[in-house]
Amino acid sequence: MTVQQVVFIIISAFTLLSAVIVVTDRNLFRSAIALMASFLGVAGLYILLDAGFLAVAQIIVYIGAISILIIFAIMMTRRMMQTVESPFNPRPISGAIAAVGVCALLIFIAVSTWPDVEAANVSDIVLRGSVSQMGLFLVSPDAYVIPFEVASVLLLAALIGAVAIARPEKDS
Amino acid sequence: MIPLWAYLVVAALLFSIGLFGVVARRNAVAILMAVELMLNAVNINLVAFWRYLQPEKPVGTNWAIFVITVAAAEAAVGLALIIAVYRSRDSVVAEELDSLKF
Repeated sequence: MTVQQVVFIIISAFTLLSAVIVVTDRNLFRSAIALMASFLGVAGLYILLDAGFLAVAQIIVYIGAISILIIFAIMMTRRMMQTVESPFNPRPISGAIAAVGVCALLIFIAVSTWPDVEAANVSDIVLRGSVSQMGLFLVSPDAYVIPFEVASVLLLAALIGAVAIARPEKDS
Repeated sequence: MIPLWAYLVVAALLFSIGLFGVVARRNAVAILMAVELMLNAVNINLVAFWRYLQPEKPVGTNWAIFVITVAAAEAAVGLALIIAVYRSRDSVVAEELDSLKF
């Protein structure tokens, strides 16, 4: 086994174990911390895949913003944080069966369709250029400029929508 | 070298864990956290396919950026909804929010 494979296995195990804690832990706050750990593991996978920019974006957006937002929501609904009863609804077994079925299907498709695809040998120059290439792709008219603009409108709409929804009603 | 299917298997496992969280958790905030896990699994797939099958065009990474953007918007609106519901119903347990149920 090469070093890369060992690192891959460690990061994957870390990510998946944290994810299991996220969905099973009774204490919501601990779930949120495990969620941050899982995001960090995914960022590690991005680095292994030579997508350093995405790893940084993942850390900034997911760990820095979304997790904090979730922790805020947990604090604001504090009474629900620690429940004495089970963290699951009355039918977790059927949910587990569905999840295992989907997982088996996805793994079967992945392993049978791409059994021996190795990473293409690209030079460092190409990959180092991939960030600037990404930037060019985002704003060039024959690539992603329209999704880019739509994404900015979506973020604005989400900003206004979140404020409008969460604001307490004054009249009534 | 790490084969492509290893990344796909990790993503599939992460997606299924998230799916289990979405269908089995009671708390709405926990359901939202599980949705974030599923979005992350999709992103791993996108980046892995970009790196292994088409590294010369940054299609997969750009898609992943859009997914991150939409996930941020979704988290903001979702948590605002949960807080609004908590304020009016005093509960964030998903199965108690059934006033739209026929």
